[in-house]
Amino acid sequence: MSAALALGDDALVLSHRLGEWAGHAPVLEEDVALANIALDLLGQARVLLSLVGDEDELAYLREERAFRNLQLVEQPNGDFAHTIARQLYFSVYQHLLYERLAVGGGEFADLAAKAVKEVAYHRDHAEQWVLRLGDGTAESHQRMQAGLEALWRFTGEMFQPVEGLDDTGSGLDRQELERTWLAAVTGTVERATLTLPTGPRAGAWAAGAGRQGLHTEPFGRMLAEMQHLHRSHPGASW
Amino acid sequence: MSSSTDWPLWEVFVRSRRGLSHTHAGSLHAPDAEMALRNARDLYTRRSEGVSIWVVPSTQITASSPDEKDSFFEPAGDKPYRHPTFYEIPDGVKHL
Amino acid sequence: MAAVTADQKTQSTSGTAKATGTVAGTAGDPADAARLAAFDAAVAADDRIEPRDWMPEAYRATLVRQMAQHAHSEIIGMQPEANWITRAPSLRRKAILMAKVQDEAGHGLYLYSAAETLGTSREELLDKLHAGRQRYSSIFNYPTLTWADVGAIGWLVDGAAITNQVPLCRCSYGPYARAMVRICKEESFHQRQGYELLLALSRGTEAQHAMAQDAVDRWWWPSLMMFGPPDDASSHSEQSMAWKIKRHSNDELRQRFVDICVPQAEALGLTLPDPDIRWNEERGQHDFGAIDWTEFQEVLKGNGPCNEQRITQRRKAHEEGAWVRDAAAAYAAKHTTPPVQQTQHAQQAPHVEETA
Repeated sequence: MSAALALGDDALVLSHRLGEWAGHAPVLEEDVALANIALDLLGQARVLLSLVGDEDELAYLREERAFRNLQLVEQPNGDFAHTIARQLYFSVYQHLLYERLAVGGGEFADLAAKAVKEVAYHRDHAEQWVLRLGDGTAESHQRMQAGLEALWRFTGEMFQPVEGLDDTGSGLDRQELERTWLAAVTGTVERATLTLPTGPRAGAWAAGAGRQGLHTEPFGRMLAEMQHLHRSHPGASW
Repeated sequence: MSSSTDWPLWEVFVRSRRGLSHTHAGSLHAPDAEMALRNARDLYTRRSEGVSIWVVPSTQITASSPDEKDSFFEPAGDKPYRHPTFYEIPDGVKHL
Repeated sequence: MAAVTADQKTQSTSGTAKATGTVAGTAGDPADAARLAAFDAAVAADDRIEPRDWMPEAYRATLVRQMAQHAHSEIIGMQPEANWITRAPSLRRKAILMAKVQDEAGHGLYLYSAAETLGTSREELLDKLHAGRQRYSSIFNYPTLTWADVGAIGWLVDGAAITNQVPLCRCSYGPYARAMVRICKEESFHQRQGYELLLALSRGTEAQHAMAQDAVDRWWWPSLMMFGPPDDASSHSEQSMAWKIKRHSNDELRQRFVDICVPQAEALGLTLPDPDIRWNEERGQHDFGAIDWTEFQEVLKGNGPCNEQRITQRRKAHEEGAWVRDAAAAYAAKHTTPPVQQTQHAQQAPHVEETA
């Protein structure tokens, strides 16, 4: 069930990062919005992980190298523009992916059909903010551009085939997915008066690495925080 | 220290289910109508309270004045003939 | 979570809210005297006062102060619990806690909106909070040291808040009462989840049980203080009760809370840290020990364990968010067509988007 693990870990880890915003958002309305997205993702993660085993064992007792999420979603929040850049890259990808899985008739079709509505909203949220930050003030424009640049190199990994997903008749065409993603992101970025980054999207380390359990340094610290209480009381229930 | 531009206030109206009118749910701040709609969705319908939302800039609402309450609403008070209960109908007459 | 707590009401921070009786706001003008009589009659008849109604200045000031402090309490109250979101020990608990902290942001928003109906902007209220000129509930100046504190806050702090808040649903000021109705509905989830969390710990391992007991030991007394000073020392209570902003005295509500908690603690298998708690057959209520008001005063003065930390974090979030708020406003200025003039007042709302 490595596919459920990959999709579930993406949702789990991004949800955790968004949860870190609680009480820190730039405006109260955004505290509420980010929490909604985090809760949607956490709900998806719980369903997906439960397909594989016990959700808590999987979330709290796996070592860093056993996580299958994209490196993109584990990246620290940075400023609000950085978080929005991560949201844009990921939610457009997740939306396109779930749209395709929902009609593909594979084992994730039902789950994707439900989640795609949530994810459409996440995508909209990200796009609205990219427009406002990109075409807002000089400062917000510069910060938004910086966020897009910083995370660009983690985007190639999204289009690597996932074992148990691409090879099991799901009908996914990663090249088509990538083209559609690129067109959508380019459209939003240009409407926001920003420039699409030009650097490599599939560096030697980044491409497919998270899916193979190779993560970035901040991820270990994130897990240490997330897992410490659960691990301090072996066998306890909460 | 604080933002130089305060986001305007919007009034939020929510239709709780199909067949019912939108009713006033509360207000919120948003930079523009699109964001107001989204903020309203997150704030006022996160427990499935709605199927449709309207947002209106608070400044665009024209309200009757409480000082004019008497001239506005009292004249309607002495016209009981507008209400069906005003009319006496013999017992046994149906469908009226 | 939480709450207008009566401790706030003892403070007149704005300086404008010296309630000196309903005569405040009259300057001998007969028109004003007539308005005041109408206002008093409306309050006496349990009618609601609405934003554009005439009201005594002191009533307005008291309400703004109380709603602001209530709203501030909700958003400062996010911090002690958000402190545990990233460490919640199960995914179920994590979802519950995120939803709860989110509700608190929502409650803050409802209350700021209610305060804005009296013509005070949220920005202004936040500035006062950040400058230390308006207060929030002192309870949030205590730290959440262990996971069990999340449960203790839900059970005791939210429990005390609900005890305080339910009567506010009948507050004489309409927008405040309506906000409170919405809030109270959502709060009951908060209290139950806290209780359930503690129950799981209490029935769990020895270490978990000890964690739960320690949290209850630390949160019990501060929760009792949330009802504010004893009635004979509470400066604003009498006027607020006359105006039906407040419906029960501090001591009445505190007693009600103790009576509710004692059997709940037993069912939890935890003890309350007060050897003097016992049933008083004659009164039909529980007796309980004396509260250490020195501690209360110290925390109120700013010397609690987290006063500095809470306000610093709030200010930081606000300041670091300024560029985002500015950006959205700048974007709106560039891309929004000015709204139609009032002469073309819309018959319906043709531009609104159906989200269903």
